[in-house]
Amino acid sequence: MIAEIGHFALVLALALAIVQSIAPLVGARRNDAALMGIAGITAPAQAGFVALSFAALTACYVTSDFSVANVFENSHSTMPLVYKITSVWGNHEGSMLLWVFILSFFGALVAFFARNLPPSFKATVLAVQAWVAVAFYLFILMTSSPFARLAEAPFEGRDLNPILQDFGLAVHPPMLYLGYVGFSISFSFAVAALIEGRINAAWARFVRPWTLVAWMCLTLGIAMGSYWAYYELGWGGWWFWDPVENASLMPWLVGTALLHSAVVMEKREALKIWTVLLAILTFSLSLVGTFLVRSGVLTSVHTFASDPSRGVFILCILIVFIGGALALFAWRAPLLRQGGLFAPVSREGALVLNNLFIVTACATVFVGTLYPLALEAVTGEKISVGAPFFNLTFGPLFIPLLLIVPFGPLLAWKRADLAGVSQRLGGAFVVALLGIGATLALNGQPVLPALGVGLAMFVMAGAVTDIVERTSLLRAPLGTVMQRARGLPRSSWGTALAHFGLGVSLLGIIGETQWGAERIVTLKPAEKVSIRNYDFIFDGSVNRTGANYRETVAKFTVRHNREVIGVVEPSKRTFPSRGSSTTEAALMTRGFSQLYVSLGDQNADGSLAVRIYHKPMVLLIWLGAVVMVLGGGLSLSDRRLRVGAPRSAKSHAKSSASMQPAE
Amino acid sequence: MGKSRARWFCLVGFAALMLATTLPAVAVQPDEVLSDSKLEARARALSRELRCMVCQNQSIDDSDAPLARDLRLLVRERLKAGDTDTAIIDFLVARYGQFVLLRPRFEWGTALLWLTPLLVLCIGIAAAGMAWRSRRNAVASAPESVAPLTQVEEKQLAEIVAGQDRRS
Repeated sequence: MIAEIGHFALVLALALAIVQSIAPLVGARRNDAALMGIAGITAPAQAGFVALSFAALTACYVTSDFSVANVFENSHSTMPLVYKITSVWGNHEGSMLLWVFILSFFGALVAFFARNLPPSFKATVLAVQAWVAVAFYLFILMTSSPFARLAEAPFEGRDLNPILQDFGLAVHPPMLYLGYVGFSISFSFAVAALIEGRINAAWARFVRPWTLVAWMCLTLGIAMGSYWAYYELGWGGWWFWDPVENASLMPWLVGTALLHSAVVMEKREALKIWTVLLAILTFSLSLVGTFLVRSGVLTSVHTFASDPSRGVFILCILIVFIGGALALFAWRAPLLRQGGLFAPVSREGALVLNNLFIVTACATVFVGTLYPLALEAVTGEKISVGAPFFNLTFGPLFIPLLLIVPFGPLLAWKRADLAGVSQRLGGAFVVALLGIGATLALNGQPVLPALGVGLAMFVMAGAVTDIVERTSLLRAPLGTVMQRARGLPRSSWGTALAHFGLGVSLLGIIGETQWGAERIVTLKPAEKVSIRNYDFIFDGSVNRTGANYRETVAKFTVRHNREVIGVVEPSKRTFPSRGSSTTEAALMTRGFSQLYVSLGDQNADGSLAVRIYHKPMVLLIWLGAVVMVLGGGLSLSDRRLRVGAPRSAKSHAKSSASMQPAE
Repeated sequence: MGKSRARWFCLVGFAALMLATTLPAVAVQPDEVLSDSKLEARARALSRELRCMVCQNQSIDDSDAPLARDLRLLVRERLKAGDTDTAIIDFLVARYGQFVLLRPRFEWGTALLWLTPLLVLCIGIAAAGMAWRSRRNAVASAPESVAPLTQVEEKQLAEIVAGQDRRS
């Protein structure tokens, strides 16, 4: 019964979405307030029904109702409750339900927060949002309903794929989807602007918080997925340039570009057409990401379901929305009036350069991911494009980008003095040189990693310089500095923090890739292995039983410079219900570095294959991402006060004269 | 229920396939490691460039598939026999085709792949430049171009700008 309620609620949501995709548009054409107002009711109602549907599926999982095929395939009665709940989206059907749940939730939020928008514009935005919703409701109902029943209910479920039974992975898909789907709002706004044929700074001011929220969720989602791969897959890698990882990286890259170009549009009314295009591209790439993952066209570790009919359906959605939006763009974009002029050397210019490099990097990832498919289709030749290719092409594009990061926020709008800004970055240059010198003194050759450290230092010191300059920290008396620090918009703090985080991540990446150490050995009990002044003594292994698995745990005593600092217990788990096993690596954190122990096979003589890594500064990679998200949050807390409340031109001019420009 | 049963079998079959490919990876085994650390480092570097052909987007360095192990052992054998890195790569490509390389060679078929970053960057710079020039010209030729500032205004402006520079 519960499953049927869920299914029915989804059908109702579809009906509402169909109404919402037509009525408000007609209303906007006829200037009929009642028709336009429909969207304000259907959007929250849709969200309510999808929430009900989602709750129904969750209930099926919690009560282990194995007569529902989806529950049977992905759950097990002995699984801990938290994983029963997370398995709701640990499979294709459920994750698509989560997708539309988030979509309808965002739709309701737009309906709620968009009260200050012109009614016709709001109606158009919500109608576009409903088009997307209709497509995905149909997709679920026609090809991937999670509510299908089995004729004979089995006694026990098939269990969730063990590598997915992990907290990190439980949170990873919702974060990622919040990001993907959040960009649908930027998309709806862009398409609505094209339909209406006008766009202004208020548009950017309204779109930016949504883009920022989506970007923050996507950043966290990617970082979480990367950390999960690091500790769960058992060989200590954190980014594999896997097609599915690339699928999430592409919207992130273009979303980052969008965030920056929207600043130009908001402050200077320039780059309008470009910003609209980026908004369309960002969500298009989110759709492409969904397609790549869900269709199984690029099979990889992440594809937990594949079925050609689904692939074709999503491909159709893709073609209609991306093709339609781009066609609309080509037709209507020339109508949009362009805004302010700027000299090449200006903050606008720096942001254009930022966009140029980010979009190029994204194009590289896009072509690299799809090239093998295309080449095989055209010539039948099979090639592989993997990590070595991306490292070689993506890396060099990011170096100039990182170099201009510290300059950007210090440059003035319209026309800037590059020499003056370089002078103000003098401190940052010195810090970078000190970083290079210290690295060379400590580690010696080669020079390249040292230059990388220098670059990371430059980015971080540049972010600090930004704040120092804005508060006149080194020149003005303390009282003035405090006053200025308080008066500084939170978005300025946010920018500096996010850029600082970028440097932090870079430092972590360099540390892990350049100075990591690894030992692969076979150990018998009481034997030891050493890595970088750390000794691991193998104390022996024991067997344990968990809720739905058995595990062999190996105990190691860890010593640093002969002093015992703790015990690590890596294990191998076997899940009898699926007959599969996972490696649970043991991590020991030392500052920002980690010791990583993962088990291999046990030999007949009782010895154990062990891989031990020392990963210097590895935690900085994810810490940097968290800092970036915090920066985004700070910036968001600033905007919230102004969202949808466009100030009059007069007060705007006044405040921009007295205020530091944000960003 | 025939249809859903069939679909169900598909899913089960797929799940089994997934499991076969997502077993915990232990990759390089202790018994494979060469005693000569320089050769071993070269072996590892080479392994990262080579694809495990039965896996999904994994290098033979990361993969625990038997084929990956065979390839790793093969690479090490050739290294011990004194082959250069290029000789080993050539040997593997002759045997398995380009598919084994995670970094494809620059050829006619892959030219577009390798040149994408450069092309996109150049097109982007050109497009930005053109957009900027046409925009500047459009504004310059616009009828409502403003009158030049008077000397007094220029002076006031300079003061304001200087004041702002000190502030920001």
